[in-house]
Amino acid sequence: MKNRKPVLDRRKAVAEILKQRGDALIMPGLGAPTWDCAAVDDHPLTFYSWGGMGGCAMMGLGLALAQPRRRVLVITGDGELLMGLGSLATIGVEKPRNLAVIVIDNEHYGETGMQPTHTRHGVDIPAMARAAGFRSAGTVYTAQQLKTWIPRFYRQPGPVFCSIKVTTAPAPLVLPVREGSALKHRFREALLGIDALRD
Amino acid sequence: MKAAEKTITWPHDIYDVLKRAGIRQVAYVPDHGHSHLIRACHADKEMRAVCLTTEEEGVAMLAGAWLGGQRGALLMQSSGVGNCINMLGMINECRFPLLMLVTMRGHWGEFNPWQVPMSQATAPSLEAIGATVHTINQPGEAGETVAAAARLAFSTGRAVAVLISQRVIGYKTFGK
Repeated sequence: MKNRKPVLDRRKAVAEILKQRGDALIMPGLGAPTWDCAAVDDHPLTFYSWGGMGGCAMMGLGLALAQPRRRVLVITGDGELLMGLGSLATIGVEKPRNLAVIVIDNEHYGETGMQPTHTRHGVDIPAMARAAGFRSAGTVYTAQQLKTWIPRFYRQPGPVFCSIKVTTAPAPLVLPVREGSALKHRFREALLGIDALRD
Repeated sequence: MKAAEKTITWPHDIYDVLKRAGIRQVAYVPDHGHSHLIRACHADKEMRAVCLTTEEEGVAMLAGAWLGGQRGALLMQSSGVGNCINMLGMINECRFPLLMLVTMRGHWGEFNPWQVPMSQATAPSLEAIGATVHTINQPGEAGETVAAAARLAFSTGRAVAVLISQRVIGYKTFGK
């Protein structure tokens, strides 16, 4: 499995996933996954991150526990997830049925000069997720495999984990709203209604 | 300390305040000083108590909880505050409410020298990243202090930490 060359395009992969979002809540990690989500579907029920590296999966857990009837998709990068590996154990223990954690894995730190991450050297995060107690976990290399996995992200009992191996080819930079408080209010108003802002 | 443990009421005062404040998610890294409260939260069917591998997980989790419409509290020991600092920057930027209850080690009657440096850095580092710090020095102050902290956190959208002194918790003696 080491160094099998990724062929998928990250932006197209994210577009395929978000096409089926329905009423799901989307939690992209900082950097390229946030640009991808902003580029293909700028939606108020997407909470973009510009910081808090290592916390994306746990934000997804808190949201999934608070909203058990909604599906929550964490869509993050390999570097971001590697910074919070312990969260795989916490999520594996809590077993939220409505949470999927998806890593858009280009095997590099894309925002800082394309240094290789540990996944480039064979570190198998889906195997870690499986060992931590995720109900299903796997790696996607091809468009056909992605097609098989997308319904699992939205419907299979969670926690679901998937690494989608993508190339390092750059995608056009699309930046969403930056101000954290504005992003928070936008998301809460869309999910909970305007009255929630008076809480 | 043993005699005090038999009549200990302050963790239950804090639990009552958390209930009244509508806390639904309780994230924690275990500490001896929080053990009564952790047990009470696990026993409460309306609360979800989540054990973490590191404290910063709880900061992120409770940000997600707030996005989903639930209030939470993070329980940890003073050494755990050091693990949270960058994640607390997100809380500050997004104006997420965050209630933290921190049991202190490393000062009043401490035996373990390795606890002292982070103890000394706890309040300054919390304040440096934008959190408000309250302190409980006597057991009788616990309920009102946590109630005030919860109100400040959830009504103004800010991180508030309550530091619980070793005078309240008692100190570990390691048989010495």
